[in-house]
Amino acid sequence: MARLGRSTWALGERQVAVIATSTVAGTLEAQGPLSDSFDLSLNDDRVGQDSWERAEQTMFRRAAEIACEKAAIRPNDVDLVVGGDLNAQLTSFYLGLRPLARPMLGVYSACASLCEGLAVASLAVATGFADVVLVGTSSHTSTAERQFRYPTEYGVQRPPTAQRTVTGAGAAVLARGRGPWQVTHATIGEIADFGVKSPWEMGAAMAPAAFDTLRQHLADTGRSLDDYDLVVTGDLGRVGLRILRNLLVEHGMASPAAAEERVNDCGAMIYDEHQPEVFSGGSGAACSTLVTFGHLFREMERGRLHRLLVCATGALLSQVSAQQGDTIPSISHAIAFERGD
Amino acid sequence: MSAWTFLWAFVVGGAICAIGQVIMDTTKLTPGHVMSILVVAGAIADGLGVYDPLIKFAGAGATVPITSFGNALVHGALHEAKVHGLIGVITGIFEVTSAGISAAIVFAFLAAVFAKPKG
Amino acid sequence: MPIATPEERARYQALVRRLTPGRPVVRNTARAFVVGGLICELGQVIQVLFVRYGGFKPTEAGNPTVAVLILLAAIFTAIGVYDRFAQWAGAGSAVPVTGFSNTMTSAAMEHRSEGFVAGIGGNMFKVSGPVIVYGVVSAFFIALIRYVLEHL
Repeated sequence: MARLGRSTWALGERQVAVIATSTVAGTLEAQGPLSDSFDLSLNDDRVGQDSWERAEQTMFRRAAEIACEKAAIRPNDVDLVVGGDLNAQLTSFYLGLRPLARPMLGVYSACASLCEGLAVASLAVATGFADVVLVGTSSHTSTAERQFRYPTEYGVQRPPTAQRTVTGAGAAVLARGRGPWQVTHATIGEIADFGVKSPWEMGAAMAPAAFDTLRQHLADTGRSLDDYDLVVTGDLGRVGLRILRNLLVEHGMASPAAAEERVNDCGAMIYDEHQPEVFSGGSGAACSTLVTFGHLFREMERGRLHRLLVCATGALLSQVSAQQGDTIPSISHAIAFERGD
Repeated sequence: MSAWTFLWAFVVGGAICAIGQVIMDTTKLTPGHVMSILVVAGAIADGLGVYDPLIKFAGAGATVPITSFGNALVHGALHEAKVHGLIGVITGIFEVTSAGISAAIVFAFLAAVFAKPKG
Repeated sequence: MPIATPEERARYQALVRRLTPGRPVVRNTARAFVVGGLICELGQVIQVLFVRYGGFKPTEAGNPTVAVLILLAAIFTAIGVYDRFAQWAGAGSAVPVTGFSNTMTSAAMEHRSEGFVAGIGGNMFKVSGPVIVYGVVSAFFIALIRYVLEHL
């Protein structure tokens, strides 16, 4: 274990392992290009519940249960539960995982919560303060819509830069030592604010944060983009991804070819462009989770990826701050994974 | 009301919506802002006396867009003011628009009771 | 670097503008014109029917027509299709009084989960509030000004 540079925690090569993951996907996600990578695909985004919020809590709970099953542990074996979601006061995390009755640390950095959670979880495991940690996030298109924008049946026309909040939840079990995937580094991001105000332009709001954290991570670790088989951002969407790639080329951090091949975005990957009302792509706290713990970890298992960097990105606005005319600050945290045994 | 009203209803109604669309697409104004602007525009138009002739000319093309709500509010106020003096400006505002607002409240309530949002 | 200076902001905004797909204004406006026109046309037909068969005077028929359109919009909102239609039609669905009905119905439906009083009752005007507030406030001042001018 060591601190690298200003913001990166090196956890060691074989210290923190992901021993199991789970993904619970909503209907649109289950019909998308990554449909066969999810543990549980739902055909009803309401999951038989009487509110969207309870539906999201149910998804989160199922993700936690499935992760424990796959890790062959009982919830009682978990020392610490870390996680977050987009609901005010993290109600999906706290109320959804309440039945687990374990010590809990809720974290919030909007859609970057997955990586913030993984950083905290890895810290607990690496320092020996917890042996087994469950970490996860959830999001739901209707709870996000209701809270940040408009009633779900309201007829508002969205522009092409809009994104669709992913409905789903995912979780992982972290433990000391070796496993199928290793968590090797965590880079904690700084707030980036380039004056974007429109909630329809989240990709543009968050791209500078992803760029800054990626740059900081490479500087701290002494690595270059080529040291990674793939770098993915959380939810910049197609437009935000284009902006990021441009920034990387402009600042000499990647050639245009490398930016195209080695840098991708979970929001751009989770939906097909032709699916209804997905616009620029997916967003939400579960976007990076579903793509990372589902598709990308499976690629690592199959040997197609050895080293992966996930830079989840979050837009740190609230309804009130946007209405009061504030700009949208954003943040990105990075987690480096390596293929384990 | 002539047969031409049917044509002008389409054209005028469509034009008012087109104006709203252009504002939404070229400025940062939200739909809420644009609807508020149109209501106020309808009220101003009636204050200047030009909305009623538009209704005679375009029929539903002028009564269906939200601008007519502004027109109706001013109508109610002025009508009451004529009968009861200055206080009528306050007492008469919802006089003409009662149908629209009452219908909207009642039907919204019933929909909420019997239907669940699909997300 | 992360908290940008005004120059950095300006440069970034320029990059964003360059890479952001523009809104299809012409297509959207054409759609809004057609759909808005058709909804008004429907209103015109309903209005004529009220005059011919409902015994309404032509000047009075506007009110029940609006009520019928509001009912139709509430129904389409309740069955979950109004928002899809609105994505296509834009202002063509929002500007007619059907849009007003949709704002009230969608808000009432959405907040049912918080109960009848705080949920439905407390949130029904959430989206339509500004239209009512600014309609009434502007009507008050306009009527006031006209009354004063007429009685000077």
